[in-house]
Amino acid sequence: MSAPSPAIDPGPAEPRLRIEDLDVRFATDGGQVHAVDGVSLTVEPGEILAVVGESGSGKSVTARSVLGLLPETAEASGSILVTGTDVVGLSGKRLRTLRGEDVSMVFQEPSSALNPVFPIWWQMGEGLRAHDPKITKKQIRAKAIEALTAVGIPDPAERIDRYPHEFSGGQKQRIMIAMALALGAELIVADEPTTALDVTVQAEILALLRDIRDRFGTSIILITHNMGVVADLADTVAVMRSGKVIERAPVRELFASPQQEYTRELLAAVPHLGRRSAWSTLEPAQQQALEVAAPVVEAQGLVIEYPGRLGRPAFRAVKGVDLSIRAGEVYGLVGESGSGKTTIGRAIAGLERTAGGSLRVLGTEMRGVKERDVKPLRRRIGFVFQDPATSFNPHLTIGECIAEPLVVHARDLSARERTAKVEELLEAVELPGAYRGRYPHELSGGQRQRVSLARALVLGPELLIADEPTSALDVSVQATVLDLFRRLQEELGFAALFISHDLAVVDTLAHRIGVLLRGELVESGHGPEVLQDPQHPYTRRLIASLPVPDPVEQARRREAYAEQFGARD
Amino acid sequence: MSPDRSSGPDPEGATTQVAAPSGEDAPSTPARREKRTGGGLGRYILVRFLLIIPTVFILMTVVFFLMRITGDPITAALGGRLTPDQLAERRAEAGYDRPLFIQYLDYLGGVLRGDFGTTYSDRQPVSRILLEYGGATAELVLYGVIVALLIGVPLGMIAARVRDRWGDLALRVFAILGYATPVFFVGLLLKLVFSVGLGWLPVAGRISTRGELTMGTILNPSPFYLLDALRLGDLSLLWDVLSHAILPAIALGLLTGGIFLRLVRTNMIGTLEMPYVDSARSRGVAEGRLTTRHALRPALIPIITVMGMQIAMMLGGAVLTETTFEWNGLGFMLAEYMAARDYVAVQGIVMMLAVIVAVSNFVVDVIAALIDPRVRY
Repeated sequence: MSAPSPAIDPGPAEPRLRIEDLDVRFATDGGQVHAVDGVSLTVEPGEILAVVGESGSGKSVTARSVLGLLPETAEASGSILVTGTDVVGLSGKRLRTLRGEDVSMVFQEPSSALNPVFPIWWQMGEGLRAHDPKITKKQIRAKAIEALTAVGIPDPAERIDRYPHEFSGGQKQRIMIAMALALGAELIVADEPTTALDVTVQAEILALLRDIRDRFGTSIILITHNMGVVADLADTVAVMRSGKVIERAPVRELFASPQQEYTRELLAAVPHLGRRSAWSTLEPAQQQALEVAAPVVEAQGLVIEYPGRLGRPAFRAVKGVDLSIRAGEVYGLVGESGSGKTTIGRAIAGLERTAGGSLRVLGTEMRGVKERDVKPLRRRIGFVFQDPATSFNPHLTIGECIAEPLVVHARDLSARERTAKVEELLEAVELPGAYRGRYPHELSGGQRQRVSLARALVLGPELLIADEPTSALDVSVQATVLDLFRRLQEELGFAALFISHDLAVVDTLAHRIGVLLRGELVESGHGPEVLQDPQHPYTRRLIASLPVPDPVEQARRREAYAEQFGARD
Repeated sequence: MSPDRSSGPDPEGATTQVAAPSGEDAPSTPARREKRTGGGLGRYILVRFLLIIPTVFILMTVVFFLMRITGDPITAALGGRLTPDQLAERRAEAGYDRPLFIQYLDYLGGVLRGDFGTTYSDRQPVSRILLEYGGATAELVLYGVIVALLIGVPLGMIAARVRDRWGDLALRVFAILGYATPVFFVGLLLKLVFSVGLGWLPVAGRISTRGELTMGTILNPSPFYLLDALRLGDLSLLWDVLSHAILPAIALGLLTGGIFLRLVRTNMIGTLEMPYVDSARSRGVAEGRLTTRHALRPALIPIITVMGMQIAMMLGGAVLTETTFEWNGLGFMLAEYMAARDYVAVQGIVMMLAVIVAVSNFVVDVIAALIDPRVRY
C-alpha cells in the first residue's frame, strides 16, 4: 500500500459542504411532492456524516442534489456550497467541472453503476477525459492503476482491461470508490454503498471508506438506513424524516441519548445481535418440548443441482446438507448470496428437484416425488416470498389473493366461509378488513408483507417457509412484521424455516440457526450457542462482520475483527 | 437428526468473495487482453459458425418434404397437359417413382456436390440461378440494412433524448408510417417522384444496359455488381450501380428503419435511466457523450438480436421490392418460377433464402458478442 498522506489540511476552516435551507419539490401527476424541506447541514474536511432515515425521508434526494443530479421535474431552492461553489442553479460546464473533481458519488448497486459493455479503464478514463480533454490513454491507464491499487484491487495493471461482470460485487464497489479517488474528489457522497453487499463484504467496504478518509482526508456523506453501518463508520449523524433533519449529533451522543422520539423508535427497532435471542426467551420446559418434538422436515445429505448449459456440468447449489426442523420450531437459515439458502427453501416446498440424499417433508420423501403427491403436501406448507412488490398478481384484490389457496385446496368452502376466513386472517395480521377490496399497489411494502403472511397462513399450514420476508422493508416496518411473525408462530405453533442473510434478524426469531456457506451447512445450533461460541471460522467472521447499532461496542468489535482477520494496512 | 455444530470443510479463502489487497507490487507489464478475450471470442464464433450446418440441414429437409406433400415436380408442372401414361413415363425417367426417402438421399447427395437439380420451365441449373440472383438479393438486403440503420439509430437516439416532446412524437409517427406503409406503395411513390417526376434516378433494374455491357467484359464476374464495379475502378459504372440501388434500398430500409427507430428509442430510454449513466454523469461526463457512448452501446444489445429476426422479415420485403423495381433477385425469380409451377426452382430458392437468414443470424451473433462482453464464453 502506498504511504499514507494525511491530508486534513490545516488551512481555512471552511467546510467542504454547507447546505443551507435546501428545499426540493417534485412536480408529479398527483401534484407537488415536497421531498426535502429546509435542510441545513455541514460537512467538515475529513468528516463522515451519516444521513439516516427510512424510505421517502428525503435522504437520497438531498444526497443527489449535492451533485446536481436531480431529475428535470425537481425544483430546488436554498444553497449547497461545495468548497465555496453553489450547486443550486448551477448547470452546463460549470456543474460538470464540479462533478467528479470536487464531489463524487458512490451508488447503491455497484453492478448497475458500472457500464456492462465497457472495460474498467475506459470507464475510469471517461471522468478523467471530461476534466482534461488532452489526457492520453497512457496517462489514463496509469491513473486508473494507481487508484485501483489504492482501493485494494489485486493485479490492477492486468485487470483494468476487464469488464464489470468479471469482478465480484465488493470489487465493483471498490472500483466505484477508485473512480472517485482518481478524480481527486474531496467529498464522496455514498448512497447506501453497502446495502447490496453481503455482510462480510460490507465490513471490508466500510473499512476501505474509513481508510480513504484517514489517508486522503476525504469527507464522506453516507446515506444509509442501516444503524449498524452508522455506528461503525460515522462521526456525525443526521436523522431525516419527511424531508426534514429532525436531529443531528455526534455519533456516540446520538446513540447514547437520542433527543427525538422518532430517533429513539428508530434505534429501538434495530435488531441487535445477541440481545433478545428467541431461544433464550423460551421457558426450559418449552425448550425441552421442542427438543423432543417430531421432525417436520428432515434432510440427510441433501444435494440440489441446477442443470448446466449444453455440455457443461450441472451447478451444485446444495452439497450434502443435513438438517431437521421439528414441529413448532423456527429454524433460521443464514447465508450470503449464492449460499443455497433459497434453494433449500424451494426444495422443501417442492419447487425444486433434489439430486441426491434424502429430504422428508411432513412424512413424504421428496426425492423423485411425483407432482400429484406434492400437491396435497402444498396445502400444508405456506410460503412467504422476499419481495412483496412482485409476489402478488396485480390484477387480484387483496381478498382474492388471500382466498386463492382456499379456492385451490379447499373447494368445499362456500364463498361466505371464504370471506369470513379472509377477514379473520386480515385481522390476525393486523390489517383492517376493508383492505379486502384493495389492490396490491395500493398497499405499502410492510402491509403487503402482512398480506403475504396472511396468504401463507390461510390453509393453517404445519410448516411455513419465509424467504427473506423483511429484507425489502424499512427497519421500523421490519420490526413490526417480525413481531407479528413471532406472535402468530406462538399462537398457531407452526414450524417455520426462516431464511435470511441477516444474523441479527434470524436470532430474534429462530430457535435454531444453521449457517450455510456455498451449499454446505457449516454450523448449526441454538441461537445463543452459535452466536456466543461459534465453531466454524466462517461463522466467526460472519458474526464479527455484522456491525451492531452501538458505536462504542462497534468500535470494540472492529478492533477485535482487525485482530482476528487482519486489518487493512 | 441433523448433527448440531457440524463443522464444514476448509473455509480458508472461502470466507470472502473479495480478494484481500495483496501486499506485493502490482505487475507493471501491460495487460495481454487480446489473448485472453480473443480465445473466448474465437471459440464462440467457431461454435456459432458450426451451428449453421445443422440449421441449414434441418431447413433443407423440411423444405424438401413440404414441397413433396403436394406431389412431384413433374406432375405439378405438366399435370393437366399430359396423359397419365405419359406422365408416369416422365416421372420414371426423372426417378420420381422411387421411394421418397431414396429421392431425399439422392437430393442430399446432389446438394453436397453443389447440384441442386435443373429447373423444368427453362432447363437451367438451379445452382446458377441461386448464385446469380442470390447475390442480387443479398446486395439489396445489405443496402436495406444500411439504410435502416442510418434511419433507425440516429433518429431513435434523438427521439429518446427529446422523449415525450413534439420532436419525439413526430419521429414516432414517422416510424409507424415507415413500417405500416406497404413496401410496393413506398416503392411506387419513390419511383413516381424521383424517377418519373424529377428524373434523377433510374426507374428499375440493377444496372443500365450500357453498364451491363461493360460488366460483361469482366473476368470471373461475381454475383455482386457493387464488387465488380469497384474491381473495374470505373466511377461512372459505380454510380450506375449505386443509382439503381438507391430507391429500392430506401423502400426496403424504411420498413425496417421504422422498427429500428422504435427499438432504439425504447432501449435508449431504458439505458439513459440506468445508474451507470448517472454514475458517469456524476463524474462530469457531458450529456452528449452520455447519449452517444454510455447509453447507446448497451441499448444496442437487445436491438442486434432483433435485427437478426428482422433480416428474415426483410427478405419477405425484398420479394416485393424486387418485383416493384424489377430487381433481378431471388424474390423476383421466386415469383416467376411459382407462376410457372417449377417446384425444383422454388425448392432451391426457398433453401437459399433460408441459408441467407442462417448466415445473417450468425453475423448478428458475432456482432452481439463484439458489443457485449458478457456473451463471450
